[in-house]
Amino acid sequence: MENSEERFKHIKGWGIDAPSLYELTYPMKHYTGDDHQRLNYERTEQQPVNDEILVSNERPRMTTVFGTTVPPSGLSGKIRRKAFKYSEGSYGHWLPLILADRIQVIEALIDDVKNGYFPNLFKERGLAAEWKYNRNGMIRNTIIRVGLIAAAAIIIAKRKTVQAQNSD
Amino acid sequence: MIAMNYRGPFRVRTDRNKPEPRIEHPNDAIVRVIRSCICGSDLHLYHGLVPDTRPGSTFGHEFIGEVIEVGGSVVKLKPGDHVLVPFNIACGTCSFCKQQLFGNCHESNPEATAVGGIFGYSHTAGGFDGGQAEYVRVPFADVGPEIIPSGMDPDDAVLLTDVVPTGYQAAEMGSIKKGDTVVIFGAGPIGIMAAKCSWLFGAGRVIVIDHLEYRLDFVRNYAQCEAYNFRSIGDPVLFLKKATDFYGADVCIDAVGCEAAGSALQTITGRKMLLQAGSATALHWAINSVKKGGILSIVGVYGPTGNLIPIGNVVNKGITIRANQASVKRLLPKLIDHVQSGRIDPKAIITHRIPLEEVADAYHIFSAKRDYCIKPILIPPSARA
Repeated sequence: MENSEERFKHIKGWGIDAPSLYELTYPMKHYTGDDHQRLNYERTEQQPVNDEILVSNERPRMTTVFGTTVPPSGLSGKIRRKAFKYSEGSYGHWLPLILADRIQVIEALIDDVKNGYFPNLFKERGLAAEWKYNRNGMIRNTIIRVGLIAAAAIIIAKRKTVQAQNSD
Repeated sequence: MIAMNYRGPFRVRTDRNKPEPRIEHPNDAIVRVIRSCICGSDLHLYHGLVPDTRPGSTFGHEFIGEVIEVGGSVVKLKPGDHVLVPFNIACGTCSFCKQQLFGNCHESNPEATAVGGIFGYSHTAGGFDGGQAEYVRVPFADVGPEIIPSGMDPDDAVLLTDVVPTGYQAAEMGSIKKGDTVVIFGAGPIGIMAAKCSWLFGAGRVIVIDHLEYRLDFVRNYAQCEAYNFRSIGDPVLFLKKATDFYGADVCIDAVGCEAAGSALQTITGRKMLLQAGSATALHWAINSVKKGGILSIVGVYGPTGNLIPIGNVVNKGITIRANQASVKRLLPKLIDHVQSGRIDPKAIITHRIPLEEVADAYHIFSAKRDYCIKPILIPPSARA
């Protein structure tokens, strides 16, 4: 900050209304001038990188610490690696990540079965609680859904029958 | 160990054989979880709205526990300490942490720059496992964790990791002046706490808007405020203009975020089709309800892409927008005092205490708003013994 005052001393009144008290984000931010040091602060020891960790291309380096859960793998991992070639300001970053999330749901399901685990989808969706607290609503919704599926099946079957008759 | 395991949108389960966490950095600690909460923002993950939420992850950024192991450089904690752990992971040495922006740490999340590391909140927030488990790794153990004051109820302590600081900071960012009218959108745990805390800043009138009657009833009693159902008041913006002598609220707080109800257009484009980063209905109403020159405080969580909001009205009305993840560590000394002195009673918002093993039911109850749920906490088996 001292250097800035020297640098702008030819501009009358430079910085006169800018004491830290008027920091717009005060008191959420206790202005210290550290912003002007940018990323040149003293860092603590680096966490060893033993797994693949994707890093935002808006960063010049790995952060001091990071989470190590679920490293990228499979098709979803390939998509994630591509996504990280785009900045956080780009849809090219976020939309592929959502796609990768959905693909990894299927990959995880396949892994479960491969490992001899058959997920209890009823339980995983918390439907036991739904049965306990909203039994009538659950029955009603189930009847509506079954009814809609049955109606759609009947319509499709009828169309096929008509098409078959017309082709005869 | 037992841990929550995300399997995909609306699907979670309890794993019984997840490997226990280990020290990965000299300033790590391993904490045995005593209480963890499901946060409203965990539901955004649960609903598949946050990019880079990988199946196999364990959620949970609100937790307390007992330190069982520390890394070689940890000096402030020792095994046996009971700690509350802020949801933000902060290094304490970057430019942002030095300025007490502990929610904006630059050294805890390699996968994004816009958000610091958060426990159990997707790889977009650093890829850390969270506290909905028996054990959790806590990085920067000398910086974030706070030893729980003796005599403090664990249920109060766990709500000091996020709910109370976020609600408090929502009010703080509003720069509420004595006599101000404060409108809060959302009567979830954060909105409830923001309403309570608005009085601490001298608000003259506090109004909460939501659509769930049981939550409106709760906030009326808990925060001694007015509360209205937007489904029964017509146009909420017009209602609020009339309620403020056609002037507008001095301060509006968005405590809803990306899953707001109330607008078919926002719901379809934001929550169903993901064409925007969630539904911005509450934000829309807040911008249009605040007075000219007023302040809009945002603590509701939105995705990283973009949202349909009337930015032209922000300009024309000269609105100041303030927003951030709560800087929990900065606020803790003050908030611990508020809790110990009885000015805030966090545990009163807890409606459900559910075994960790029943995490799927807990998520469904909270997500579907069953059984008058406001705030569920998960209790691991070792903490029930």
